Amino acid sequence: MISAPDLLRALRPLHVWVGPTGHVRQVGKSFAKLGIDDPTGQRFLEVFEVQRPKKPSKMADLRGLAGQVLRLRVRAEPGLGLRGLLIEDQTDGVILDLSFGMAVVDAVQRYGLTAQDFAPSDLVMELLFLQEAKSSAMAASFSLNSRLNGARLAAETEALTDGLTGLHNRRGLDGALERLGQSDTEYAILQMDLDRFKQVNDTLGHGVGDAVLKRVAGVLRAHTRQDDLLVRAGGDEFVIVCPGLTDTARLNALAGGLIRDISEPLMIEGQDVAIGASIGIAVSQTAARRDPKTTVTFADIALYAAKRSGRGQHLFWSPDMGNSLVELDLPVPTSRGA
Amino acid sequence: MHGLIFRTLEAFISDTFGPENWTRVVVLSDMPVTGFEAMLQYDGDYFPQLLSAAAHVLDRPESVILEDIGTYLITHQNHASVRRLMRFGGETFSELLHSLDDLPGRTRLAVSGLDLPQVEVRQPAAGSFTIFCRGKPAGFGHVLVGLLRAMADDYGTLALLDHRGQRDGAEVIEVTVVEAAFADDRGFSLAEVAIAEGA
Repeated sequence: MISAPDLLRALRPLHVWVGPTGHVRQVGKSFAKLGIDDPTGQRFLEVFEVQRPKKPSKMADLRGLAGQVLRLRVRAEPGLGLRGLLIEDQTDGVILDLSFGMAVVDAVQRYGLTAQDFAPSDLVMELLFLQEAKSSAMAASFSLNSRLNGARLAAETEALTDGLTGLHNRRGLDGALERLGQSDTEYAILQMDLDRFKQVNDTLGHGVGDAVLKRVAGVLRAHTRQDDLLVRAGGDEFVIVCPGLTDTARLNALAGGLIRDISEPLMIEGQDVAIGASIGIAVSQTAARRDPKTTVTFADIALYAAKRSGRGQHLFWSPDMGNSLVELDLPVPTSRGA
Repeated sequence: MHGLIFRTLEAFISDTFGPENWTRVVVLSDMPVTGFEAMLQYDGDYFPQLLSAAAHVLDRPESVILEDIGTYLITHQNHASVRRLMRFGGETFSELLHSLDDLPGRTRLAVSGLDLPQVEVRQPAAGSFTIFCRGKPAGFGHVLVGLLRAMADDYGTLALLDHRGQRDGAEVIEVTVVEAAFADDRGFSLAEVAIAEGA
């Protein structure tokens, strides 16, 4: 029958055999890889620091831990944690059979360990295989996810954007209003209609009409801040949502500037084009519970009032205009100012 | 059928013969998709259709294409991790051959849902191996021949490999290891960090 020390040497590459005096009698072959000098002959507790379940200070304490799983580290390599079972060797010494536990992946990288450093019965090769295989599979999965996400974002942007002007569309507006409704941010909504746009479209053609709309989008971008939401709600209707902006003087300046620049006569495809704009403004404080939908309605009411009072104007909603579009005396006469 | 299998065929044809030839294969085989994702499942019937179209477009037998795919997986830089995962099979080429019984299991461990044929290895005489592959995907034996040929090179081992066709419902491969240390071993270190999969 093979002797116990030979058996340990052959089967357990990370064992430590400690004699009755507390000195290391034999270690497994893999210790040579761990950057520590051969501990044979040294005091076990000087080479290793037992951390759990109890810190022994002398050989008798260590023996007292027999039958338990110890967690310890090598004093020369404090980052290297080991764990293993301690048993008595029945001649007043102890035998400790160690492993790296989950730290094995790091240990392999750090000490350049090979398959020979582990017992063939150890599942460590399977663990390392699995670790590498999972990393590769995860990389493939992440790459698919990021491509799908890119496609999703592109589709989402497309769904929320007006293709002609690049402004948001009505769906984009609805989303933004919903978010505003859930926040405490005060805001203003400007509803804008172009004046005489239908005539341009009808007489000069859709090509010119489209060019006008693109130019209007450019004017909107030039006058607004980064955080403002610019929406082409359909046809020649535009909506501007200005979070955090409710100051009347600044809103007056914004609406005045927009109408002035949009009304500037221009040449498109050799044709003189003259359009104008009317704007209705409502700020969130005026609407009950700051409901964005109400604010939009109020801005709409103000827009109709602005159109009725002569176009090329902007008006703020006020309580005397009423709370509902049906209270207004519609339709607005189209002859005036057109 | 697992997307990795389709993705491998796509990557092999695009990398080796150019993306325009992959497009021709897709068009000829009447696929409803133009490319494959490694991490999605596809209809298993697509594979034989693609393979037969590839044989036509590349003007070579299907078995040769499959064998070249096996070699490509081991030797191409984009799939360095496949070579590394194969090297986990053993210290020598003969040990790797003995570990092939575990190949479907290891593969499933790596990518659940990627099912390979059952592999059985016998060693009737020293240096002489017979490998049986049973199950789908059909033609896997040819891929294995290319793959093992490249792995023999990797270990620096001189070996002869031959696909002997079907016997009792199994693909049969015969391997003769002529000289274990014929050339330099390319080496394998557990500690070396695998190159990220580029495919």
